[in-house]
Amino acid sequence: MTKYVIKRILLMFLTLFVITVMCFVLIKLLPLPAVREMGRDVNLVLAKREKMGYNRPIMVQFFLYIKNILTEWDWGVGEQMYEGLGIWDVMMQKLPYTVVVNFYSIIVSIPLGLGLGVYAALKKNKWQDALISTLVMVFISVPSYVYAFLVQYIFCFKLGWFPLQLASESQAGSLFTWKMFTSMVPAIMSLSFGVIAGFTRYTRAELSEVLTGDYMLLARTKGLTKAQAISRHAMRNAMVVILPMIFGEFIGIMGGSLIIENIFGIPGIGNLYISSINVRDYNFFMALNIFYTLIGLVSGIVVDISYGFIDPRIRMGSKK
Amino acid sequence: MMNENKIPSVDAKKFVFVQKDRHIQDEKLQTKPVGYLGDAWQRFRTNRSAVVAFTLIMILLLFALIVPFVSNYSVSFRDGLYKMVLPKNNTIAPLGFWDGCARQQQSEAGYLYLNAIGHETGDEVIVKVYDSFVDSTGAKFYNVKVDTYNLVGFFYANLSEGEYQALMDYQDETGIQVIYPLSATHTGHYVRGNDGANFWYKLADESQGTAGAPVLDENGDYIANYLSSDDEHRGGYRSLRIEGDGQDGVWYTYAQKNQTGYKVRVEYSKYFYYLNGFVPSFLFGTNVYGQDIFTCLAIGARFSLLLAIAVATINFILGVIYGSIEGYYGGVTDLIMERISDILYDVPFMVVATLFQLHLASKVGPVISLLFAFILTGWVGTAARVRTQFYRFKGHEYVLAARTLGASDRRLIFKHIFPNSLGTIITGAVMTIPGVIFSESMLSYLNIINLDASPTLTSIGTMLAGGRSYLSTYPHIIFFPAIFISILEISFNLFGNGLRDAFNPSLRGADN
Repeated sequence: MTKYVIKRILLMFLTLFVITVMCFVLIKLLPLPAVREMGRDVNLVLAKREKMGYNRPIMVQFFLYIKNILTEWDWGVGEQMYEGLGIWDVMMQKLPYTVVVNFYSIIVSIPLGLGLGVYAALKKNKWQDALISTLVMVFISVPSYVYAFLVQYIFCFKLGWFPLQLASESQAGSLFTWKMFTSMVPAIMSLSFGVIAGFTRYTRAELSEVLTGDYMLLARTKGLTKAQAISRHAMRNAMVVILPMIFGEFIGIMGGSLIIENIFGIPGIGNLYISSINVRDYNFFMALNIFYTLIGLVSGIVVDISYGFIDPRIRMGSKK
Repeated sequence: MMNENKIPSVDAKKFVFVQKDRHIQDEKLQTKPVGYLGDAWQRFRTNRSAVVAFTLIMILLLFALIVPFVSNYSVSFRDGLYKMVLPKNNTIAPLGFWDGCARQQQSEAGYLYLNAIGHETGDEVIVKVYDSFVDSTGAKFYNVKVDTYNLVGFFYANLSEGEYQALMDYQDETGIQVIYPLSATHTGHYVRGNDGANFWYKLADESQGTAGAPVLDENGDYIANYLSSDDEHRGGYRSLRIEGDGQDGVWYTYAQKNQTGYKVRVEYSKYFYYLNGFVPSFLFGTNVYGQDIFTCLAIGARFSLLLAIAVATINFILGVIYGSIEGYYGGVTDLIMERISDILYDVPFMVVATLFQLHLASKVGPVISLLFAFILTGWVGTAARVRTQFYRFKGHEYVLAARTLGASDRRLIFKHIFPNSLGTIITGAVMTIPGVIFSESMLSYLNIINLDASPTLTSIGTMLAGGRSYLSTYPHIIFFPAIFISILEISFNLFGNGLRDAFNPSLRGADN
């Protein structure tokens, strides 16, 4: 198992390295936008560019880029937006918004998704199951921004329960005040519909397969009640597949949703990414590309490895 | 007991041996054999939701294909005055819904302003007054049903000599009054109306920037305030005149000559009909640029579907070739190729799409670069599926038999192994379509792909983004594209599930 984990992590870094090189080269091939004259940080930006070796060969620049990150944790400075501020600092300032909103959404989605999934699996082929499955189909298919518009129109505009946009930190005090939370609710709702549907579908599929297993019959024959058999045997087996998915989702909350952040004006990582593309700030763009790639890779690894940790059978299989 | 009762007793003599002396082992089968696809088709046919979904897809496809040809409008059609008008269907409008009307609350001044437009032309703006009330400050308000098409009222058109003459000829020919007398009301300050073209009546206070409350006579009627003179043909006007004109030798002025031609005051809906030959009505309303949403939707759908189908097809072909090679040869080839596809698979799609846009959009256009972005990483999924299928089938005895008979690699791949995995792979390819449509709409919504440069193209994401700021006031701009894309996504997912069940009945209901 340890060997497998190490192998996966090494492979992950190899992949990350290759993708970083490709991104870096492709970005450096683009025409470099001039430093904006506005602001007093022009000299700082120019000095930074000099340090990054901006008029030397691309591979030297790449080497300097990696060296600066590894030795000084220096990801460069903003050139077209947040001029003169460190990329890393700005990202760390934005990350909490994304994480908090997505964390709430996951926290809401897990119990609802699992509950509905279990219920549908237990009522398999009855009308309750048909209803839930149909709704799941609809909620998985409909794009998240459609919910966002609906939520915004119905709850924010027609009913006036929530503000249209996220409260700013100066209005709400901090990220964890009640005012901030209520202004997050529309975004949380829009994010959750799809996630709940995903969890429900997965749980239902897994559990209904497990329920047909012979050992379930055995458990009932031994004299366990249906509830006991389900909670002690069926759920535990179904969890082998469901838990890794939940772990994966937890890693994914750092990435957030570009479009939901855009619609509700959440000043998170996703919005930063979109702005960096729109104003062509390649330092931000590069750092965020690495960030997103890493999140994808890490969540993939976490899912794979957690299978092994949860299910001894898989762990043993990997030793071969 | 029950069963025994149901079976009637049959006389033993009636039983006859079917085939006492015949040998049927060499005879041909009486029934037709059901092939792989036929079998799948039979199963698909019985899956009601999949058939409904397929029908819906076909309807949407036909909508996308046909509407741009039959529609009165195009994407490049942008009406500066019919902006954000509501959906209207001329056939259904008399029934009182889908008639381009909206419920509004108007102040007294607003009510009188809107009423005046209808008063002058006969095309009523206020279709219905629900009720009126007086608020705490003593101001009167009306709840009214407003026709958003007639709301535009008049505008000042600058016509060239030829256009002016032609318009007058048209008036004489049809008897439809398009040109109305110019207003004498000072218009500099008013926010309402198109340069104040709708103020044909006397105002209480012309100098203030108010909403322009009118002066009413003792009967509560508006007092007309047209430019007039004793010259009947001032401005070269020789056509229809409105009621009440020409009394006591005073004639209203219909046109003013200026440097480029004539300034006339025309009723916009009539003028629109004169210019375009059809009554203005937009089935799904118009957006903020005055584009017809119905037509834009068809063009957007066409773009989405075309892109998705192109991506699915190209990825299918690439994936099949790549996956076949991997799966068939295995070993080192497989290992190396797997590493390449693994790395490509891990590149976030947003990154690829953005980089392609930044690099290629100026050279080959945004659409082609988007297509490239979808293709670069899109085939990996198909390749993985094909590879798995190859590993599943290549050890089978029938493949060994074919190899022993001397079949070449290519023949083994495409004649013996590939057809067996076709169902799974086709299903996978269809299942990528909703994903492509969603990604495309998201990218154009976020303005990462920018289609503004091409006047004849639009996308559902662009339409949604355009309606964002008007969600609370004009929800129809977002409503129709959102509904459309939702139906499209649901249909494709259901259709994909149906295909999967049909091709692979053992997976039925696995995750729907």
